[in-house]
Amino acid sequence: MAGALPPTAQSVEAGEAAAAQAAARARRTAAIRAAGLIAGLAVLLGILNALTHGDFLAPGNVVNVLRQISVNAILASGQTFVIITAGIDLSVGSLIALTGVLMAGVLGAESSIALGVILATLVGVSVGGAAGAINGLPVVRFNLPPFITTLAMMLMARGAAFLYTGGKPIEIDNPAFNYIGSGLIGVGHAFGIPGVPVPVIIMLAIVAAGHFMLTRTRFGRYVYAIGGNEEAARLSGVNVFAVKLSVYIISGALAGIASLLLAGRLNSGIPQSGQGYELQSIAAVVVGGTSLAGGRGSLVGTFVGALLIGMLYNLMNLLNVQSYAQDVVLGAVILAAVLLDELRRRYFTSG
Amino acid sequence: MPIAQAAPYLVLRGISKSYPGVRALDGIDFDVRPGEVHALVGENGAGKSTLVNILSGAVAADAGSIEIDGRTVTLSSPRQSEALGIAVIHQEFNLVPQLTAAENIELGHEPLRGMVIDTRELHVRAAAALARLGVTVPLDAPVRTLSVAQQQMIEIAKALSVEARIIFMDEPSAALTGQEVDRLFAIIKTLTAHGVGVVYISHRLEEVFAIADRITVLRDGRLIATKERADMTSDEVITLMVGRALEAHFPTLPPDPPHTTPLLSVRGLTTRGRLQDVDLDVYAGEIYGIAGLVGSGRTSLLRAICGADRYDSGSVTLGGAVLHLRGPHDGIAAGLALVTEDRKSQGLILGMSIRENVTLPHLEDFATLGVIDRPKETTAVATLSAELHVRSRSIEQAVRSLSGGNQQKVVLAKWLLERATLICFDEPTRGIDVGAKAEIYDLIVSLAKGGTGIIMVSSELPEVLGMSMRIGVMHGGRIVREFARGEATPETVIRLATGAA
Repeated sequence: MAGALPPTAQSVEAGEAAAAQAAARARRTAAIRAAGLIAGLAVLLGILNALTHGDFLAPGNVVNVLRQISVNAILASGQTFVIITAGIDLSVGSLIALTGVLMAGVLGAESSIALGVILATLVGVSVGGAAGAINGLPVVRFNLPPFITTLAMMLMARGAAFLYTGGKPIEIDNPAFNYIGSGLIGVGHAFGIPGVPVPVIIMLAIVAAGHFMLTRTRFGRYVYAIGGNEEAARLSGVNVFAVKLSVYIISGALAGIASLLLAGRLNSGIPQSGQGYELQSIAAVVVGGTSLAGGRGSLVGTFVGALLIGMLYNLMNLLNVQSYAQDVVLGAVILAAVLLDELRRRYFTSG
Repeated sequence: MPIAQAAPYLVLRGISKSYPGVRALDGIDFDVRPGEVHALVGENGAGKSTLVNILSGAVAADAGSIEIDGRTVTLSSPRQSEALGIAVIHQEFNLVPQLTAAENIELGHEPLRGMVIDTRELHVRAAAALARLGVTVPLDAPVRTLSVAQQQMIEIAKALSVEARIIFMDEPSAALTGQEVDRLFAIIKTLTAHGVGVVYISHRLEEVFAIADRITVLRDGRLIATKERADMTSDEVITLMVGRALEAHFPTLPPDPPHTTPLLSVRGLTTRGRLQDVDLDVYAGEIYGIAGLVGSGRTSLLRAICGADRYDSGSVTLGGAVLHLRGPHDGIAAGLALVTEDRKSQGLILGMSIRENVTLPHLEDFATLGVIDRPKETTAVATLSAELHVRSRSIEQAVRSLSGGNQQKVVLAKWLLERATLICFDEPTRGIDVGAKAEIYDLIVSLAKGGTGIIMVSSELPEVLGMSMRIGVMHGGRIVREFARGEATPETVIRLATGAA
C-alpha cells in the first residue's frame, strides 16, 4: 500500500489478522441476527396465515402483494438515497402524474409500438430526472431546505399535469407499454402461479441495483458520508455538490419509472394519480430503519418496509377490515415500527 | 475551614461500569469535599468521561454506591443530578446560541409572572449569578456572539443558578488563551471560597498543579492514586498516568532542509476580514510552526492553502505549479492534506466506522469503475490502524465510540493513507493525552524526515517551540514575524501574538 510510513512485516500481519478477525466477527453477528429475525418472522407469518385460512401465504397472494408494492418500493428506493443525505423528496407523487400524462401523450403521438415504448420511457425518466435536478439545484447551490424545493415541485408538477391534460386522463393503447405495467413473465404455472408480474421484476432489479450502489460503490459511500457529516465529507474531498444533486435526480428518474409501471397498469396517464405516494414512500423508508436525520439506513430495509406496509394492507383486506380503519392501523404501525427501531438502537448502543 | 477536615459532599465507592468489550471503570473510590479543587487526570480512555457521565446521571453504573451529603442516592437522570447539586460543564457547551446570556443562565427555571417570563427578574438573577463569579458578560448579547471564555462563564453561572455544590469541569482550558485561563482560575477560587467543590479534569499538568488541592489519577478504568498536590510532582503524575516513565517531551528534530527551492510558496494571500497579504515559504522536509491566538487567521491560512476556503487575492504555488483549487477535492489531488482542528465537526463522520473514515479522501484508489475493493480497503486500514496504535475492538467500530486520542489518530490515518506532499496540522494534539501526544510528535517528525512539508498550528506554546524548525507568529490576519530555528523565545512569541509588540 502507498502509506506514508513504510509498513513493517509485523504491522501488515497484525493488520491482516485484525481485519480477518473483524470480518469473521461481523459475519457471525450478522448471521445470528438474521437467523433470529427469520425465525421470528416465520412464526408470525404462520399465525397470520392460519388466521386467513391459508389465503395470506398462497403463492398467488404473495405475488399479488409484491405487484402492489412495486410502485411504492421503487419510489421509496429513490427516497432512500435522498433521505440518507438528510434530505427529503416530497415531489415524487406529483412526478408520477406529470411523467405519466407526458408518456401517455408521447404514446398517443407515436404510431410505432416499439419506438413508442422507447420514446415514452426516455421522456418519463428524463422528465423525472430533470425535475429532480430542479429540486436539487437550489439545495446544493443556495442551501435551500429540500422540504421547500420539493414541496414547490410537488405543486408545480401536479399543476403541470392538469394543465397538459385539461384534467382528463389520456388513454394508452400501446400493448407493449401496457405489458410493462400489467404483464406476466411465465414460469410455466410452476408454484401455482401463472407468472411473475413484470413490475415485480423491475422492482427487484432496481432494489438490487440500488442496494449495490449504496453498499459497494464510492457513490454510495459518499451518500452516507454526506448524511453523516457534510462538512467533514467536503473537507475529505467529496464532491458534495454532485453527489447531492445526483440523489435528487435518481429520485426523480425512479419516479418516472414507477409512473411507467402505474400508467401501464391503468392503461392511461392520469393527472390525479400518485396523490399521497410521497408520504407512502417516506413511510416505507422510515419503517425500513433509515434515519430522517441522515447518514444511516439501507435500501434492503426500505424494501422490507414497503413489503411490511403492503402485507399489512393485504392482510387487512383479507380480514375484511374497513378501509377507513386501515389507515388508522397503518399510522399506528408506522409509529410503533420506528419507536421499536429507536429503542432497539438505544439498547444496543448503551448496553 | 481546612480542606483536609471537611467531610466530603460526594463519595463514590466501588463504582464499576462495563461496555461491550471494555471495562470502562473498575471499582473506583472517589470523593469531593466542599471548597476543594480535585483534579482528575488520566490518558484518553482512562475512564474520566465515564465517571463524569455516571455522576451527571447520563449513564448508570453497573456496581458501587454514590453518597451525597451522607445519603446514598441513585442518579438516574441529569435532572436528578442537578437537583442534588451536581453540575457538569462539558467541553462542548450546552448553550442555546440564539438566546441571550441571561436567558441561557436561567434556562429551564425562568422566573414567571403568571404565564409569562418575568424578564426583569430574569436579568436580576442572571446578573447576580455572574456577580458571584466576579465577572461581567453582556447579558443581552446572544450567546453565539460571545467568546469561548465568556460562554464558559455563562455555563458556570448557569451551574451556580441551580445551587450546584459540586461542579465538574471537563477540559475547561482547552479553548482558552493564557489570560483567560488566569481568569478561570480566579473564578474557581471564588467558587471554592463559597464552599463549592470543583472537579478539574485536564490534560494540562501545569494547570492541575497550579489549581488543585488533591489529584486523582485514573488509568485503564482503575484508580491509580489520590493524593494531596503537595505530595506529588508533575513527573510522578505523568508516570502514574501512562504507567511508564516518559523521557524527553519532544522528539529530536532533524536538521533544517536546505532552503533552496520552496515546496510551498504563498504570496500576498488575502481574504477580506481574515487574511492580510500573507507570504510564506515551506520547504520539503520542514516543520513550519504557526503560533497565534484564536482568530489570528492561522486556521484561515491553512484552509485557504488547502482549498477549503476561497481567497480574494494572492497565489499559492506547490512544487513549482500555481494552484487554482476549486475545493478540498482539488487540494487533495494536488497532494495537500488538512488535518482539521475540530475532529468531531470537521474531521470525522462519527457514525461511520474507522475503515470508512480513513479511506474517505482516497476512495478513488480503492475503487474500480466506482466499485470499492473491500478486502483491499480493509487490509490497508487495518495495517495503518495497527501502525498508529489506534485502540479499538476492530476497524469496523464506529469512531463515535472511540476516545479523543484515538479519534485523533483516525483523523491522522485519513491523511497518511496516501502520501501527501504537504500536510497542514491544525491543533494536532488538542484535548488528547500525554501518551498519544508523544506518538503524534514522533509521527510528524518521521513524516518530515521522509520529505513531507509540514505546517503546524498550535495554541500550546511549548509545542510550537519544541516541534518547529521555523516559526511564524500570526496576528490580525498577518504573519507578523518569522523566527529561524532557535531564535524564538516564549516571551517574544506571546508578545507578538497578542499584538503587544
